Amino acid sequence: MRVHAVVAVLLIGVAAAAPAATLASDRATVAGATFESILPPAPGVKVATVPTFELDRTPVTNAQFAEFVAADPRWRRDRVARVFADAGYLLHWSSATQPARGTGRQPVTQVSWFAAQAYCAAQGAHLPTWHQWEWVAAASPTLRDARKDDAWRQTILDWYARPAGPTLPDVGQGEPNVYGVRDVHGLVWEWVLDLGSMMVSGDNREQGDPDLTKFCGSGALSLEQKDNYAMLMRIATLSSMKATYTSKTMGFRCAAGPE
Amino acid sequence: MKRLAALLLAILFALDAGARDSDPSESIYRLDAHLVDQAGRAQGLDLYRGAPVLIAMFYGSCQATCPLIIDTLRSTERGLSPEQRARLRVLMISFDPDRDTPKALAQIAATRRIDTSRWALATADANTVRDIAALLDVQYRRLPSGEFSHSAVITVLSPRGEIVARSSKLGRADPLLLDAVR
Repeated sequence: MRVHAVVAVLLIGVAAAAPAATLASDRATVAGATFESILPPAPGVKVATVPTFELDRTPVTNAQFAEFVAADPRWRRDRVARVFADAGYLLHWSSATQPARGTGRQPVTQVSWFAAQAYCAAQGAHLPTWHQWEWVAAASPTLRDARKDDAWRQTILDWYARPAGPTLPDVGQGEPNVYGVRDVHGLVWEWVLDLGSMMVSGDNREQGDPDLTKFCGSGALSLEQKDNYAMLMRIATLSSMKATYTSKTMGFRCAAGPE
Repeated sequence: MKRLAALLLAILFALDAGARDSDPSESIYRLDAHLVDQAGRAQGLDLYRGAPVLIAMFYGSCQATCPLIIDTLRSTERGLSPEQRARLRVLMISFDPDRDTPKALAQIAATRRIDTSRWALATADANTVRDIAALLDVQYRRLPSGEFSHSAVITVLSPRGEIVARSSKLGRADPLLLDAVR
């Protein structure tokens, strides 16, 4: 009986040590907007609206993710259910609980969508939706919507053309955009909440008439702004990922407020 | 002492990890999902644990593909022997928590003459729907009109919740699904 009580106390101790306060990160406020999206909300509807929300100023780091894993060991690489993350999950860490030495400030990668979403949920937040992410990605250091600024667009494309180094840079080194959000471009790909909404992958077109056979509703979406290569690459990358996949270049950040 | 240690281990395991952790690592029953069925009863994603399950996502106000999904589930059932059919369970989960209330789901079940002793229609909050769709690799998007655009996928689950087959073919029963259920 006494042993039971001790176990109970221990467990309560573990539960009490788990709150997410230590994970709290610094977020910027992004004013709501209505804008022409590369991924229209529906066929014939080009304009997307995002209400005001908050977004992490930098991608989540290895050190931050290690805190989360310590608080919720279900997300350790040696305990995670395969249904939530593939075999590459956190495989680059030096142990089930520790990132490799010196990588604490680097963006965490090799995390699945499920793991990223669980991390954000632990902070009362969520992954940003594609439209939230797209709107923040449209901002330059001076403009909220710099998508028509050729010089800025070229800067972004130059990053995609640059070969990746052996290790990722630390977060926070990129120039902040107009909201004070950094590393939207130039560091890693980032998960979005509505990953399963990007119905632009090839397999949607495998049947003769997707509108009738495979899709209920209006079927696959068509992309706009076909000259916006940086965004098209994002969409292509995201739509090739499943929620359990992990990749050495796919990280994430969290958003708070309405989705 | 040995028994006590075993008991302690069992308690630790149960409390620390939750009962779901006894499921295989690939089981979708690992998801802590809160569903409500057409009778208004709270259910888990594992409400048909122990039986082979056909699982699909849909929404009630859908005119095109969703009635076809029900028809295809029925065709699949008909392709089985009576014994296999008696063992099989069918779970349909709605994308549309706003409109597909338990009452609306009960209405669909009645209109479509669905045998709710072996089939369940269920609703869940938007976050849960998103997670289930991700587990089943179902793509969907809520349109500004309130309709949903989605891929039609029928998945076969093992008695422990592992995905053993999936098909996007609508209409006639996909032999792939039939083999998996048998």
